[in-house]
Amino acid sequence: MHFLPGGSILPGRHPVSKEYTVAQTVFAPWEDPNEKPLIQFRNVTKRFGDFTAIDDLTQDIFAKEFFALLGPSGCGKTTMMRMLAGFEAPTKGQIFIAGQDMARIPPNKRAVNMMFQSYALFPHLSVWDNIAFGLKREGKDAETINARVEEMLRLTRLSKFAKRKPHQISGGQRQRVALARSLAKAPKLLLLDEPLGALDKKLRQDTQFELMDIQEKTGTTFVIVTHDQEEAMTVASRVAVMDEGRIIQVATPAQIYEAPNSVYVADFIGDVNIISGRADPNGEKVAIQWAEGQPDIIGTTTTRFDKGQEIHFAIRPEKVGISTEEPQDAANKVQGKVLDIAYLGNISTYHVELPTGHVIKAQTANTRRLSRRQITWEDPVWISWTDTAGVLLER
Amino acid sequence: MRRAFLIAVPYLWLVALFLIPFVIVLKIALSDVALARPPYMPQLDLSAGWDGITAFFAALDFENFWFLTTDDLYWKAYLSSLQIALISTVMTLLVGYPIAYGMARAAPEWRPTLLMLVILPFWTSFLIRVYAWMGILSNEGLLNQFLMWTGIMSAPLTILNTNTAVYIGIVYTYLPFMILPIYSALERMDDSLLEAAEDLGCSRTSAFWLVTIPLSKNGIIAGCFLVFIPVIGEFVIPSLLGGSGTLMIGKVLWEEFFSNRDWPVASAVAVILLLILVIPIILFQRNEQKQREAEG
Repeated sequence: MHFLPGGSILPGRHPVSKEYTVAQTVFAPWEDPNEKPLIQFRNVTKRFGDFTAIDDLTQDIFAKEFFALLGPSGCGKTTMMRMLAGFEAPTKGQIFIAGQDMARIPPNKRAVNMMFQSYALFPHLSVWDNIAFGLKREGKDAETINARVEEMLRLTRLSKFAKRKPHQISGGQRQRVALARSLAKAPKLLLLDEPLGALDKKLRQDTQFELMDIQEKTGTTFVIVTHDQEEAMTVASRVAVMDEGRIIQVATPAQIYEAPNSVYVADFIGDVNIISGRADPNGEKVAIQWAEGQPDIIGTTTTRFDKGQEIHFAIRPEKVGISTEEPQDAANKVQGKVLDIAYLGNISTYHVELPTGHVIKAQTANTRRLSRRQITWEDPVWISWTDTAGVLLER
Repeated sequence: MRRAFLIAVPYLWLVALFLIPFVIVLKIALSDVALARPPYMPQLDLSAGWDGITAFFAALDFENFWFLTTDDLYWKAYLSSLQIALISTVMTLLVGYPIAYGMARAAPEWRPTLLMLVILPFWTSFLIRVYAWMGILSNEGLLNQFLMWTGIMSAPLTILNTNTAVYIGIVYTYLPFMILPIYSALERMDDSLLEAAEDLGCSRTSAFWLVTIPLSKNGIIAGCFLVFIPVIGEFVIPSLLGGSGTLMIGKVLWEEFFSNRDWPVASAVAVILLLILVIPIILFQRNEQKQREAEG
């Protein structure tokens, strides 16, 4: 998605817009059957006592990917990462990195580096020595180490702080030291464990773009663990949504958002309205009987549904239109009453209660400044959406 | 006002219990021995007015300090004390560090119990514990009985009344002072630092030397001073477990004071000992200060 040939990125700035990238070669090695994955999980299970952290997981990750493991705490994402680093061994199954079985290889013998959630900077060493730590262990000569550390300091814009100790710099700078240290050895694979968790929101957003820049410049494969869906969506080339030791869906951020494969994923990523009902398929259109006395919801799908099968209709609030007049050409329209309005500055979210008791969220962009709000509490309104706006889900 | 009062309390304490006694000891050290009660001259006679005070100060001299340099017993005793203190500090560190490390690595629910076990010996009198060691180390003691029973030894091993017994006694007695500061430094250490070291290419052993040891450095320094400083002046352990060959300044001090009844020379020995101790105490304070700043 954001993977571009070098030079097309302005240093430290937002990458070029999506429309522009489409014209270039799309980075999608997972769609190329000839591409060899860098990391392979083969039926990996990890148990701690009688708790199963990872449950029979098989997954490929390709070179130069920015792969995000996303899920609630306890879903196994951190365990997956720690197995890649070598701090945990799988109970069953195999992990390959660049074709090599990692079973008996200790952390210090892996071409994998990790950026720790707590940063784990050595408090007794200066920024410079922290970054040089891994290089010195390789027994490189002083000149090589010097050049590499300086390069890393420039990359992370830390040159001014080289002599400081970790407790003498800010949280954002510490985060960059941790990144520089883990990149110094030029690993094949960089693991990032909630790398931005300790930063405030504004700094986190800036750092996300910085991370993407650095990933593109160095060409390193990044695997990031996060519980922040916005972060995963921003930085990743692919996102794996996890739950209870399993990967529920792996796809690009856009696919995850627009075509979730389950109610769990739809609900985990972003805001969503879920309406459950019975399917009545008719070609690629499916009518959903969802409430007595209400017209069926018409949706479009490529999966086959049986007549009468239980079905879940998921639609994002921004795809639901809201109006005071009855819309003429909408495939789906329902009347309701405004229950709540959340004004967020750039957008407003309306909670509309239907006569059936369902509450549907509809979102509109506030494109005009301080316009007289035409819809207010308790107003009768129409909500509507097209027949391709929502997703039909089996589970 | 309140602030001044709060600061005054520790200062008054120090003046009453440290500075005034020290001035008295210093005064005795500058006096001459006399067959009198108290056994030294001169005495300050305030009833004689100004003449009494000038006569008193005129009689004070550094004769006793000079005397200490004429007899090589004294500087040998100082050196021997420093040597014993140094060796036993290193031995206490070698025994204490693994214990502290084991405690810090133990499961969190075990740590309070282990800590308790380290502190537990303080619940009995120090003297009783040293006497117990006499029972263990003597020729007919438990250790020799055990060694002869197993057949390792045919004749009893002479340990009691040697320097070996003194080292055993010191290491045993001062071990908690070494363990506690090291344990507190190790316990605070973030485990992810060791993982980071391994991740960056360290073996377990090199991670220990490059991360664990430097991060427990302040604990090690504090522990060493807490052992070294009191051991220099140690008297009970060398006099109960040591033999005639064990030369320590604490013992010399005791003999000057009680056997020779030469209070002025004994006081001079004490003043010099204090001056020797001031150096490590200042270094210790510096270390503590630096640690506080680093944590600041």
